[in-house]
Amino acid sequence: MLEVAAKARLGSFSLDIQFEVEGGGITALFGRSGAGKTSTVNVIAGLRRPDSGRVALDGDVLFDSTAGIDVAPERRRIGYVFQEGRLFPHMTAAGNLAYGMRRIQAPDRSVSFDHVVDLLGLRGLLYRRPADLSGGEKQRVAVGRALLMSPRVLLMDEPLASLDAPRKGEILPFIERLREDLSIPVVYVSHVIEEIVRLADRMVLMSDGRVAAQGPVEEVMSRIDLQPLTGRYEAGAVVTALVSGYDRDYDLTHLTFAGGVMQIPGIEVPVGERLRIRIRARDVALSVTEPTGLSIRNVFAGTVTDVSVDGAFADLVVDVGTPIWARITARSLDELKLAPGARVFALVKSVAIDGRSLGRRGRPIERDI
Amino acid sequence: MFTLTPLELEALRLSLRVGLWSVVVSLPLGILAAWLLARSRFPGKTLFNTLIHLPLVLPPVVVGYVLLVLFGKSGPIGTWLYDSFGVTVAFTWRGAAIASGVIAFPLMVRAIRLSLESVDRKLEAAARTLGARPWDVFATVTLPLILPGIITGVILSFIRGIGEFGATITFVSSIPGETRTLPLAIYNLLQTPGGEAGAIRLAVIAVVLAMAALIASELIARHVNRLNGHA
Repeated sequence: MLEVAAKARLGSFSLDIQFEVEGGGITALFGRSGAGKTSTVNVIAGLRRPDSGRVALDGDVLFDSTAGIDVAPERRRIGYVFQEGRLFPHMTAAGNLAYGMRRIQAPDRSVSFDHVVDLLGLRGLLYRRPADLSGGEKQRVAVGRALLMSPRVLLMDEPLASLDAPRKGEILPFIERLREDLSIPVVYVSHVIEEIVRLADRMVLMSDGRVAAQGPVEEVMSRIDLQPLTGRYEAGAVVTALVSGYDRDYDLTHLTFAGGVMQIPGIEVPVGERLRIRIRARDVALSVTEPTGLSIRNVFAGTVTDVSVDGAFADLVVDVGTPIWARITARSLDELKLAPGARVFALVKSVAIDGRSLGRRGRPIERDI
Repeated sequence: MFTLTPLELEALRLSLRVGLWSVVVSLPLGILAAWLLARSRFPGKTLFNTLIHLPLVLPPVVVGYVLLVLFGKSGPIGTWLYDSFGVTVAFTWRGAAIASGVIAFPLMVRAIRLSLESVDRKLEAAARTLGARPWDVFATVTLPLILPGIITGVILSFIRGIGEFGATITFVSSIPGETRTLPLAIYNLLQTPGGEAGAIRLAVIAVVLAMAALIASELIARHVNRLNGHA
């Protein structure tokens, strides 16, 4: 378990954070630029010394201002993948990969060179220098370099930020494989919600140097009060669904989730797989009576639990068994007299399937339904 | 053919020896000084910086005189060197090497400092997260990256050192075979009736030597830059 509590001040920016990362899996550190995400991972790595606080990893205290403990970064065994890669320009890819590995005792090595090289597809790049690698290749080497030091925790600071969309698509599957292949807990920093929904199990939402919320991704993403922080346009509920059937006649995949069964145009996912899907607020319409004669097939009955009005729009949380969001105009809100407790029917027009098993190859899939 | 007379050969050998030793001894000090100036903050840093650059702007004769006062037989450092190690530097080739080293020191420090300042310190931070202690980081990351600057500094100060005249003649005089380096030998010939032809020959040697060093520096720096991944 990684425990982080830190206070630091730099000019007008102040950092005051406290959170815990338990067990394996990927924990996302999400927030806008300037929210303090990089400062936070630097505190964990020991590259930035907070004014006060405590950082501990599996009971091993790395920093404690009251006890006067500040373990040097080279003794923390925390892997760090930087946004800009930071490969050593005077070494080959192989030299970079081996740098951290050579500096740990053989008994502490839990990751083998060949395994990482194969996992990240680096075999053909080993004797090239960073100057001769593409952006995506550099980041893969940087991930490999951090893994090969057999870290107790892997920090990834927006590892995809400097890459264009196709390169991102090239790296994401590798990061997903890390999770399945190695049991190293990962702290993944990003300001891109799609990456987080696709990769992370839990998230820590940061804003202005503070932790605004933390918990399972589905839970944090479904809290409407956090919506200004999680993003307006892309706002939506994250829902886990089971692929429960396939209708061959109409090429429809059936997804069962807490609200019922959703039918979407067929996707190549075997029955029985779990998917994480995102239902964006702008793709959900509401009706106060049971709609008939509609082309929309996915209608779920539920209860309004929360309403927030912002200008022309109103965002509502509807509990259909699991909370989903709907965005309607403020005028519709008034005309339909919607308030918490109101019974409504949610009409889902589209879902975004952000991956998991599906995302292993290629980019997220969108389905209009 | 251009064959060297024994006297010319002697002056050339002496110059090379003086130049090499001055560089060898001042290199670690140069790296240390460059590091202090580029990386650390301490009280009196401005004064330190000024002191290091002083030989660049002082009349060399003054530098030679100061060295004579400090390193002379009765000077504080000279006495200590003689008492502790039995080493005399005044009026010996070692003194010539010291004079060269001191005069050329600012050039060396400047070149190394500039390359140190251009090193991306984030790479050093990355090395630390990978388990390298500060000295390890210096040896495996910083040093290779500043190698072009070190080479430039070494060659520049070497050339400047073997061209040293004023401080050398003031500090260690012009003793044939001991302290009479190329420039001193040229000066001596020019002071001798009928010595002009010999002076020209030595001047040619000096020019060739300087050009060779500059070209070598350029080639090495280019090679190292390629190794460091710069185009």
